[in-house]
Amino acid sequence: MLQLLATANAALLATEEGGHAAEALSDGGLLASMAWLIPVVPMVAAFAIVFYGKRMPYKGWDIAIAVMGFEALYGTALLLAHIANPIAHDFQIEIARIGSMPIEWGWAVDGLSIMMYFLVGVVGFFVFLYAKGYMEGDIRYTWFFASFTLFAGGMLVLVSAPNMIQLIVGWELVGVSSWLLIGHYWEDHANSSAAIKAMITNKVADVGLFVGAIIVSMSVGSFRFSDILHAVETGAAEAPTLARYAFWAGLALFIGAMGKSAQFPLHVWLPDAMAGPTPVSSLMHAATMVTAGVFLVGRMFPFYLTEGFATEVRSVIIIVGALTLFLTGLIALVQDDIKKVLAYSTLSQLGYMTAAMGAGAYTAGLFHLFTHAFFKALLFLGAGSAIHAVHSNNMSDMGGLKKDMPYTYWTFVIGSLALAGIVPFAGFFSKDEILASIRYASGEFSVADGGGSLASIVLVLAISGAFITAFYMARTVFLTFHGEYKGDGHPHESPRIMWVPLVGLAVPSAVIGLINIPGATEVFTKLVGGREIPVLDHHAESFDVAMLLAGLAAALLGIFIGWRIWGPDKETQPARDTFRIPLLYPLLENKYYIDDFYMDGVIRPIRGPVARAINWTNGYVLDFIINGAGLLAMSVGKVVYWFDQRGVDGAINASGAVTGAGGGMLRLLQTGKVQQYAILIFAATVIMVGGLVIWF
Amino acid sequence: MILGQFIILGAALFSLGVYGVLTRRNAVLVLLSVELMLAAVNINFVAFDTYARDAVAGGQIFSLFVIAVGAAEVGIGLAIILLIFRNRQSANVDELDLMKL
Repeated sequence: MLQLLATANAALLATEEGGHAAEALSDGGLLASMAWLIPVVPMVAAFAIVFYGKRMPYKGWDIAIAVMGFEALYGTALLLAHIANPIAHDFQIEIARIGSMPIEWGWAVDGLSIMMYFLVGVVGFFVFLYAKGYMEGDIRYTWFFASFTLFAGGMLVLVSAPNMIQLIVGWELVGVSSWLLIGHYWEDHANSSAAIKAMITNKVADVGLFVGAIIVSMSVGSFRFSDILHAVETGAAEAPTLARYAFWAGLALFIGAMGKSAQFPLHVWLPDAMAGPTPVSSLMHAATMVTAGVFLVGRMFPFYLTEGFATEVRSVIIIVGALTLFLTGLIALVQDDIKKVLAYSTLSQLGYMTAAMGAGAYTAGLFHLFTHAFFKALLFLGAGSAIHAVHSNNMSDMGGLKKDMPYTYWTFVIGSLALAGIVPFAGFFSKDEILASIRYASGEFSVADGGGSLASIVLVLAISGAFITAFYMARTVFLTFHGEYKGDGHPHESPRIMWVPLVGLAVPSAVIGLINIPGATEVFTKLVGGREIPVLDHHAESFDVAMLLAGLAAALLGIFIGWRIWGPDKETQPARDTFRIPLLYPLLENKYYIDDFYMDGVIRPIRGPVARAINWTNGYVLDFIINGAGLLAMSVGKVVYWFDQRGVDGAINASGAVTGAGGGMLRLLQTGKVQQYAILIFAATVIMVGGLVIWF
Repeated sequence: MILGQFIILGAALFSLGVYGVLTRRNAVLVLLSVELMLAAVNINFVAFDTYARDAVAGGQIFSLFVIAVGAAEVGIGLAIILLIFRNRQSANVDELDLMKL
């Protein structure tokens, strides 16, 4: 506490003197050195819930919410301390060694990880609060909170990683717990398939992560990010090995990021991940899991930005991001499942973040990640609330929920406006910053020949993306909350435990964009810029008015057209419900046939021969070995049987028979007649005496 | 050679006793034959004592012991035979096969 006050005081002094000058980075004192609690507490708590959850008064939810409350508080405390006085410090504890390279567990406390601690803690807290209401009466209630806590904990292990190894550990923890959560209702085959699909798609990308991590770590000779980024900072001439393989390493790492952050064409798992309970979708799409890829690129950002290293990869990143944001946004237009609309919307927004990263805008990308986490969590929770009331995921079963569910409606509208990028909601500022950065890049992009025109195309796609976003969100709001109710029964507002988190998330969704107004409040820029190795990104000092107007106009146009098509009165409702966008509809309905391509083009051609090969191996090789072993065992058995019957039993029976026969013969001597005994004694005496006489 | 004659007499008498013990059916006669064997042993004692000119006449004294013990033995033996006879109305050793299992 004293430490906190001291830091705050120092910060006050610093602001009075300094202003925007680069402040000295502090090691954060006790608050940072105890930050190992952030990843450890939820991991321990997950096991505590497994073993003791059922005995707790709220069946394990109480442990989970206490942990998330702790995370939110600790994250906020670190955030405030960091804003007051930037903290950048790594803590490393050696736990093993590979050759000369130590494997360390540690915790990074710098701008990037503090931002993620705060995000996971605060968004997670609201989602866990909401989950109590949503999961009420679930058959695996306690287990759900155990795996959910593990999920949050895995993400915290990932973001606290100061080295590649821990990052991979956290990466896989998130992967496995997402598998548990997506397949939470595994009784339905579709849900367990979705879980497996998420796992396998991520595994494909993980190969890239591993390859990239190995190349980078081996060329630098250390798993630590600080060592890797120091090597980058010293320049290509000082780190020739890393520079030589930088393109491939950067590309491989980005492929890893494409899996977790669901970039085109590895995005297919994310919409299917809707099979999990809504709180899972909410957290997965907001603060954890999908942010991991963007986080990884952010962590390695100097590597992608410094001349002589992986700068060429940035054109790949920006293309992938632009494709993702545009193509998946279009799919969201034709979805009927409200959660799928939001899922494709997440993909689209992740595309924005990735495109921003590719354009070299570290702050803009992470700022969109930050604001998006709040409003996307809010939208998912709102959608969950509607689903809870209607008992259907389909918007064709909803409609007219506005009057029955006021809290859900208004918070959902705030979230939608934030997502659509309407001033002054959070998404407006972050999206505008991305557009401005991409436009800046279109002037400055010196990555490859024609880089400038590439960024111009991306800019067009990004502005169209803003239009599409507003369009499908208008559609969702009108179809869900306006018009006539089309479902069964009568919907009711969700219980208080569910709408309080909605309000709690609606507030930051509305106002959090104000923390990074270009040229005015630069809190977020300083926040994520507070790192040991300075991140030299482009950051606009003032609004790019053209982009601001273009983005806003696209969003307003999207909302207007959405209202024209789906908004009007009830007479036209049947026509609206059956409205299909011409030409594009079949393509979008089938999601560009990507899933079909993977299934028919990749999985089946591989699966068939593999299955046949395995069958052949099984039938001929394994069975041969097993049958051979069986036959051998049988013949050995026969020998042993013979030996047992004839040898061992024979010996035992023979000894019995001999004893019996001997007894029978000796029995004859036992006549009971004294004189016979006397004869024997006498005869024996005579023989013995005779023997003695002869002997001597 | 006077010793040889005595030894032969002792041996003959002993053999007669052994034969009697092994062949007689009547318990009294068996006892009588045991007495013959004792007498044969006494003859040997006395003969060897004389032959060795023993100063303390150990052989003769021992033969007197044997006579005394033999008398006691006959007393006990006859008493046992009497009791057996009373119980079974027979002194035939062949019928005394209670030792048979």
